[in-house]
Amino acid sequence: MEVPLRKAKVSREGEFVVVDAKGVHYRELNELINELVERGERKLRLLNVNGQRYIADGLRCECYIEIHGVAGDDLAAFANGPTVVVYGDVQDGAGNTMNAGRIIVHGSGTDIIGHSMRGGEIFVRGHVGYRVGIHMKEYREQVPVLVVGGTAGDFLGEYMAGGRIVVLGLERLETYPEIAGEWLATGIHGGAIYLREEVDEDRLGYGARTEKLGASDRKFLKEVVGEFCRLFGLEAEEVLNADFTKVVPKSHRPFAEMYSDAKEG
Amino acid sequence: MVRNFPPEFVVRVDREACINCLRCVRECPFGVHEYDREKKTWKRHHEKCVACLRCAYMCPTQAISIERSPMEYAPHPVWTNRVRKDIKTQAETGAVILTAMGNELPYPSYFDRLVLDACQVTNPSIDPLREPMELRTYIGRKPEKVELEEEDSSIRLRTKIAPNLKLETPIMFAHMSYGSISIEAHLSMARAAKEVGTYMGTGEGGMHVELYPYADHIITQVASGRFAVHEEYLKRGAAIEIKIGQGAKPGIGGHLPGKKVTEEISQTRMIPEGSDAISPAPHHDIYSIEDLSRLIYALKEATRYKKPVFVKIAAVHNVAPIAVGIIRAGADAVVLDGFRAGTGAAPQVHRDHHGIPIEAAIASVDRRLREEGIRHWGSIIASGGIRSSADVAKAIALGADAVYIGTAALIALGCTVCKKCYTGRCAWGIATQDPELRKRLDPEEGARRAANLLRAWSHELKEILGALGLNSIESLRSNRDRLRGVGLTEPELRVLGVKPAGE
Repeated sequence: MEVPLRKAKVSREGEFVVVDAKGVHYRELNELINELVERGERKLRLLNVNGQRYIADGLRCECYIEIHGVAGDDLAAFANGPTVVVYGDVQDGAGNTMNAGRIIVHGSGTDIIGHSMRGGEIFVRGHVGYRVGIHMKEYREQVPVLVVGGTAGDFLGEYMAGGRIVVLGLERLETYPEIAGEWLATGIHGGAIYLREEVDEDRLGYGARTEKLGASDRKFLKEVVGEFCRLFGLEAEEVLNADFTKVVPKSHRPFAEMYSDAKEG
Repeated sequence: MVRNFPPEFVVRVDREACINCLRCVRECPFGVHEYDREKKTWKRHHEKCVACLRCAYMCPTQAISIERSPMEYAPHPVWTNRVRKDIKTQAETGAVILTAMGNELPYPSYFDRLVLDACQVTNPSIDPLREPMELRTYIGRKPEKVELEEEDSSIRLRTKIAPNLKLETPIMFAHMSYGSISIEAHLSMARAAKEVGTYMGTGEGGMHVELYPYADHIITQVASGRFAVHEEYLKRGAAIEIKIGQGAKPGIGGHLPGKKVTEEISQTRMIPEGSDAISPAPHHDIYSIEDLSRLIYALKEATRYKKPVFVKIAAVHNVAPIAVGIIRAGADAVVLDGFRAGTGAAPQVHRDHHGIPIEAAIASVDRRLREEGIRHWGSIIASGGIRSSADVAKAIALGADAVYIGTAALIALGCTVCKKCYTGRCAWGIATQDPELRKRLDPEEGARRAANLLRAWSHELKEILGALGLNSIESLRSNRDRLRGVGLTEPELRVLGVKPAGE
């Protein structure tokens, strides 16, 4: 594929390598990021990012990437370790199938944020769109966490197999004031969703139920909400001082009764 | 209510030959043979027999034979025995009927109604023993044109070539997951693929560490459950395949029951032990061709454009425009899985009633890509019901670049197609995780047999090419003039792009 457009301007500011991404094709920008990381650079600042896709995709490093602008689709997809801080919004698929790392978004996110993520953390200060956290999973010590400051759209945590999603609902949309949309946690068979308000069970999808919060839940919320507040300059005590609903799976085997062989055996 | 459900098979034991060694009891994973040590009496549970034939072949005195049960419901052409049994099963359980292997309904096979041409008199055939015969196939995007440059009296290629897989024979082992089949079966195919110079697919279950030495001959898979999908896994394999659908169950996902998620399976899939591994029907980050393109390039970015990315779909009604969209979206190959494709577990209703024959899909996709002038953008890999070198040759003549074989590969490893893969109790050590059953498949012997199958088919392919007067498999690709239809209707011939025999 032809990659025209211009070359990125690169400069240095203290520990940071600063890349001006204005008008730079994503393929060139990402190759530059890969090369910088390979050369041993650990702190990158990307300026004028305007929808470039796949930033930090499949990146395996303990590096720190600051993004000023709007990060395009699949930010840090398949990533394994980097910390990505976005001063702006993120588009679809941020943290898609991420294995480890951290994404901190000062704006909002669109659809399928944290899709299938297996590890790492995502903190979104604003709202997120549809299909967020679908098929989030966990494996041994890897328990992914997604915290949303605003609200989430339909299908939140559908087919969720592990991990933790926290939606705080600190701000509401005029058009859709609910903390989370329809089909909440449909097909969930692992993990848990915490919503910062009382939610009726009849709002949940197939296979989901609510559960009373226990001491370990409160400890978990104190930690992650505390971290969220620290990152975005909020008062943790105020945010935590509310009723939370915990959504969990009815079963780890939601389809066990579906097939004739299972019933026979 | 009386359970009036005749068994499918009857176990006959020659009591004179039987030495009561109890070998059959140990061999049968379905509990057909039962011996009462106190009373010294036998009971055979005929209704549990699946005709895998394990006991018959392991009996030291060959005392056992498995026969089709003579007891059946009264014959009826519409209300067949199977229909009646299915209804009774569902009336009992209220559940979906699960099955395995490929479509069992008697749809006509186009492969069996296509014949290959041969040279006579005017265009001499080629003797592959005497002349070089090329089966090597490259899978992936080909350049529009090749540009060369001269530098210091040497000629260099200026065109950047996209990554391609180099196959020494146009036959690969299809994606069958570790979990649905044993590590011994995976190892057998991985070794054979490396030895013969071809590839195997991991399926959705990830790559077991024992397969790492063969990783350069392994195609990894990204399916809707995203099990095992990890940057290292993507970077380790030779190519990546996005599975959108499969021929045995188009349009639906899959559920690996938690009881099959053992410790090793859990490690390879990177999910907790004992938990259901659910693959949703769609990829929830793909609701359009544009979304598919996003995932294709996300995978290319994550592997820095070093791996070809394939997209596999079930062959369905509008397969041609879908496949064109896939190639335009950036895929290096489209995998078409026909309605005869096998599976380790699928609801019977989907296996038997969804999708279209692979022959029609290959022909229509190949034609459409040519019409749009983008056939070289991506390869066509055909799979689903390829049974012989003749099927391979016909698939390639219809327009495929290469084929995947699944069921045929398993038969080479000892499978008898008893269709009970989903139980995880495979008597031949293939579709099982049971440590005792797994011992029945020796990966070295398996590798030898799987490689032999590839060699035998490759040899036959060379002979077929020789008879056609061709010296390279490339010259057969989309060469539909070398096919003729027998007993096909006008519209069928039109779709397949072949003339009737005699014309």
